[in-house]
Amino acid sequence: MVRAEEVHKRFGRLEVLKGISLEVQPGEVMCLLGPSGSGKSTFLRCINHLEKINSGRLYVDGELVGYRQQGDKLHELHDSEVARKRAEIGMVFQRFNLFPHMTAIENVIEAPLLLKRKTKAQARQSAQQLLALVGLSDRADTYPSQLSGGQQQRVAIARALAMEPKLMLFDEPTSALDPELVGEVLDVMRRLATEVGMTMIVVTHEIGFAREVGDTVVFMDDGVVVETGAPREVFANPRHERTKAFLSKVL
Amino acid sequence: MPVRHSGRWVVAVVVAFLLVVIVHSVATNPRFGWGTVGHYLFSSRILHGLLVTLELTAVSMAIGIVLGIVLAVMRLSPNPLVAGASGFYIWFFRGTPVLVQILFWSFISALYPKLSLGIPFGGPELVHGNANSIITPFLAAILALGLNEAAYMAEIVRAGIISVDEGQTDAASALGMTRLQTMRRIVLPQAMRVIIPPTGNETISMLKTTSLVSVIAYPELLYSAQLIYAVNYLQIPLLLTASIWYLVVTTILSIGQYYIERHYGRGASSRGNETTLLQRWRSGLMIRHEGAAP
Repeated sequence: MVRAEEVHKRFGRLEVLKGISLEVQPGEVMCLLGPSGSGKSTFLRCINHLEKINSGRLYVDGELVGYRQQGDKLHELHDSEVARKRAEIGMVFQRFNLFPHMTAIENVIEAPLLLKRKTKAQARQSAQQLLALVGLSDRADTYPSQLSGGQQQRVAIARALAMEPKLMLFDEPTSALDPELVGEVLDVMRRLATEVGMTMIVVTHEIGFAREVGDTVVFMDDGVVVETGAPREVFANPRHERTKAFLSKVL
Repeated sequence: MPVRHSGRWVVAVVVAFLLVVIVHSVATNPRFGWGTVGHYLFSSRILHGLLVTLELTAVSMAIGIVLGIVLAVMRLSPNPLVAGASGFYIWFFRGTPVLVQILFWSFISALYPKLSLGIPFGGPELVHGNANSIITPFLAAILALGLNEAAYMAEIVRAGIISVDEGQTDAASALGMTRLQTMRRIVLPQAMRVIIPPTGNETISMLKTTSLVSVIAYPELLYSAQLIYAVNYLQIPLLLTASIWYLVVTTILSIGQYYIERHYGRGASSRGNETTLLQRWRSGLMIRHEGAAP
């Protein structure tokens, strides 16, 4: 589903990604772990071209992200083409980023209607189903400012699912939440993984979630992948010093 | 303790005394011609001038706002040529006096005697005509005022756009919206809170700026008054008549602006502009509560 080959990303002189290579299979849940500043979130943003990579290759579903290859040269895609590709990838953000001037259901139906994926009736109907999936049927007409953080994040997940994505990216989805609200968001993500079989890449600090739901754990530090493996192995017997040091702090 | 306020009392007395002197002088000096002011205040020519002034204000602001939004979006474009063109426009129209721009547009026929629409560089012409008959004083006036206003509105809209959290653009992009869709549906509606108050200011300012159009002999409020006093030499009463109308309309606009600002200012950062009555009532309570805290 996702294949990264030697992905490099620089912000000015600072190299944030120093050659990331990894692969995500359809239906797989991959959890990216690592200290802050290790490049996890940047890598996630590269996958739907919110950040442009400086070198390497990044494929989603066999197609290059953000570029078209002609011979040896890469041509950047036009804004509307990039947008069309992004519509196939859902993304959930640390700070929810719900549209504050729209109610919960308006947030969910906005993109499908605007991109003419559905009629208004269809969009509303599937939005109701999605809000039910995240347990917020009764909050459809509520504005984000009147929802708790956990509820906002669940609406954000429903909003991303409304585009019927084939891949979901989660950028520290529970880091901005009060501790007692983390569980409700992780529950929704767990159901998405187990019941829907969604392909997911999750940047997280929730070791419990990674251990329980993750198929693969990737430990990143300083812009490189340090260690990859099944959660059981990585957490039980970390092979690298840096992984050990990190895990000893968070476990 | 009365001693502490003695300075305040002295100032109040001095101000009250000056006020009495001024009012007395204004009321008793026959040269103000208050009778004449009353006579002309509702005369058809003055009222017609007022109507033209309102029309110029509305049309020029409409041009300014629409073009201003376009320029602001262009200014923030990743394409340096597009952003540069907008920057050049703003630099040029803010950098020259609006009075000069009004004169320029009225003399445009000296620069381009014949105007035509067609394919440039020797292509066929579709329509053409005499610049003098196409660019009427009204058109010259709204072109000058509207194009000038657009430069100022562009900066106001840009500030509004920048004020919207970048996460909003990220979220909209991630959902598959294009840059323009994101701007129209997500960013601009939220930028309104920042854009509306200074736009009210600009409207009030525009109402008075339209008086500059008198230099190209277009009968808005000021020029209507000038036309009358050119005949009867009652300059002061007629200038007062015009001033009273400017004051009346700016007062009405200020009151309107107050309500609009209050409406948008109430939103707080996390709240949208579509607040329900309940939300208003709640946020009102919260503000009062905070105010009551020591």
